[in-house]
Amino acid sequence: MINLVKKRLRRTMMFLNAQKPGLIKDPYIYRPDSIILDLEDAVAENQKDAARFSLYHALKEIDYRGCERVVRINGLDTPYWQEDIRCAVAGGCDAIRIPKVECPKDVHRVEEEILKAEKDFGMPEGMILIMAAIESARGVMKALDICEASDRLFGIALSGGDYTKDLQTRITGTGIELMGARQNLIIAARAAKVQCFDTVYTNLDDMEGFQRDVETIHLMGFDGKSIVNPRQIPIVHDIFTPSGKDIIFAEKVVREIEEKKEMGIGVFTVDGKMIDIAFYDGARRTIELAKASGVYKGDL
Amino acid sequence: MINAVGREIPEEILKITGKEPFKGNHYFDGYEYKKDGPSTRCVINSEGSKLVENIHEVLVKCGIQDGMTLGFHHHFRDGDYVVNMVMEEIHNMGIKDITICASSLGKAHDKLVEFIEDGTITNIQSSGVRGKIGRAISEGKLKGLAVMRSHGGRVRAIETGEVRIDIAFIGSPTCDDYGNCRGIGGKSDCGVLSYSMVDADYADKVVAITDCLVPFPNFPAHISMTKVDYVVVVDEIGNPDKIATGAAKPTTDMRKLMMADYCTQFVVNTPYFKDGFSYQTGVGGASIASTISLSKIMKERNIRMKFGVGGLTKPMCDLLENNQVDALLDTQDFDLNAVESVINPRHFRISAGEYADPFNKGAVVNKLDFVILAALEVDVNFNCNVVVGSDGIITGAQGGHPDTAAGAKCTIVIAPLLQGRIPAICTDVTTVTTPGESIDVVITDYGIAVNPRRQDLIDAMKNVDLPFKTIEELRDIAYSIVGEPERVQFDDKVVGIIEGRDGTVMDVVRKIKKFEFSGE
Repeated sequence: MINLVKKRLRRTMMFLNAQKPGLIKDPYIYRPDSIILDLEDAVAENQKDAARFSLYHALKEIDYRGCERVVRINGLDTPYWQEDIRCAVAGGCDAIRIPKVECPKDVHRVEEEILKAEKDFGMPEGMILIMAAIESARGVMKALDICEASDRLFGIALSGGDYTKDLQTRITGTGIELMGARQNLIIAARAAKVQCFDTVYTNLDDMEGFQRDVETIHLMGFDGKSIVNPRQIPIVHDIFTPSGKDIIFAEKVVREIEEKKEMGIGVFTVDGKMIDIAFYDGARRTIELAKASGVYKGDL
Repeated sequence: MINAVGREIPEEILKITGKEPFKGNHYFDGYEYKKDGPSTRCVINSEGSKLVENIHEVLVKCGIQDGMTLGFHHHFRDGDYVVNMVMEEIHNMGIKDITICASSLGKAHDKLVEFIEDGTITNIQSSGVRGKIGRAISEGKLKGLAVMRSHGGRVRAIETGEVRIDIAFIGSPTCDDYGNCRGIGGKSDCGVLSYSMVDADYADKVVAITDCLVPFPNFPAHISMTKVDYVVVVDEIGNPDKIATGAAKPTTDMRKLMMADYCTQFVVNTPYFKDGFSYQTGVGGASIASTISLSKIMKERNIRMKFGVGGLTKPMCDLLENNQVDALLDTQDFDLNAVESVINPRHFRISAGEYADPFNKGAVVNKLDFVILAALEVDVNFNCNVVVGSDGIITGAQGGHPDTAAGAKCTIVIAPLLQGRIPAICTDVTTVTTPGESIDVVITDYGIAVNPRRQDLIDAMKNVDLPFKTIEELRDIAYSIVGEPERVQFDDKVVGIIEGRDGTVMDVVRKIKKFEFSGE
């Protein structure tokens, strides 16, 4: 089955502690594309059951108004993850984020558990998606296999904290330590035609550094970024949303290519730039992104 | 009788107070009256001194007796020592049945509850009360009626003679031995003495209390010696740490920043946002953030503010510092930056009367383009409540809310849709303090509602990309999230009135009743 929401807009995926009512009651007002209700690192070891309780009722009761609800389960090396999945599926989440994925088998185990839960709770099968977080050197090296491990998988995400530990370095704020992983993941994701998301930026006092970081990953081709505070949302959306100028240019390119094609012309100029058929997909993507971001007012 | 904001005002209350029910903002426009005047004891003998040994002596000299009305100001905010100091002595002297007529009372005055309980204080008139006094009044412990009146309304009540202050106590950061008072220069600086100016003008006896006696002449005086009968020097008139704190760090709370951004976007898209506009804002995180973002747009568009009014904080004083505003008109200083800014020649002190009195020949609020306010509750008729909590307990103060809201061309209220589990936008506010006819726009984290009375503003926003909703929609969202709360249960006994700025009755506050479940 083709799940159409696999390709939805995910510029921002905001982490929220599933145990905190004040955080999870209305994060949609900040308009993130997705929220990640966290049962893993944000929740203390002796609070896992309480967090699941809160998560289940939030998923059941709160209208998140179109905001995608992803649940980050605990690692597959813990005794919690199966129950996390059951709870998330029973609550009706949209997707499961698997931490510390290192091989396709990790994805398969989760996939099986989701299917079991879907059956147990009488949910339609195959609707709940998966995203895999890559947090180790091994995971980075296996990225393409992970991307292709399941039909449910819509994307992979770099998790920089654990990854840099594994690399025996640290987060510097420059991005140097993440360069290889970022490049590898985006190439793997594009090869498998799934989405790719960058790691969090945790220094909330350095919004300029955050902006530079987002600009970098945008240019690298990422689809979006994991975020930890709603203040980061407008910056990411601003960078990831096509500007009015970009949209007008993309419209001209699409129209001109379609027109010129009928006239048998392959190469021509738009606003002084040389354009040929190779520009068509990119221009279309800009328009689609503008539409998904709610800023497109044209008729293409 | 039902008043103009749909509130039932018991006939008995109208009879006791001699007041009319609220009949609309402009009901008294053009009304003529003769102002009241104080009795004055002339000082001709140049040998005389105004210094008095202590509070006890000055009370004796002023002829303190049962049933008197005493005036106080609240420039020292939560750091005030003056009210308690005076009332303690009055209590020790066995005086009873005192009416306190203060510009406001807060947590610093929790001690007064003892004096309410033993009958030393039987009436309170104030902009509002916070802390334990509010609870005591709501529990019916005050013998008389509490009267909550706005800053402008207090001046009106005194000037018309509705209230006669027998003795006014003016805490003064510096004072000379002849009674020249200034709001700066001592250890308890509060910047201005605006609220006490009417006390100095109209009280029969005026006592300056200071902890910093300076040589004569303490000029330029904010309150002149010509109005002061006695001067008392005490160790401390307040706690400087609580009078004016360091400027609040700009908020990083995205919810407040978002509302601030909505507010700024709304302001700049109104026809009033043009060179020479005027503006007042409060001390809340969203209001402060909005002032900061507004200043950026002013710079970008090369727009200057003609004057800013307040209740001032650092961001407003920064506008003066950065030459983005011609003048600041100051009634109160909320942080040290505002206190320090007072020395700027374009930072002008104004009296509470100049600021907001509806019964003079025109107050500053009438010249305001924008005012940005907060509220505990707003209802679907845009009526605001800033005094009584959703639990029925008196917990806030009107301040200049009803005055500025009535005066400004564009009155904006910022309130998060939910205050914890309580919807701030509701069908009926617990108590009306500011009538809906004064409120033009309500900004919440879930959307913005423009009062349908303001079709001009609705038209101005036609192509503006902001999340506009009706006020009913906002209420419905709030109720869909937290449910519609059961109404607070009150006793029949009226414990206080909310006075309209013109002296009419806006609403009554009833004694709180212990909550009982509806038992179905």
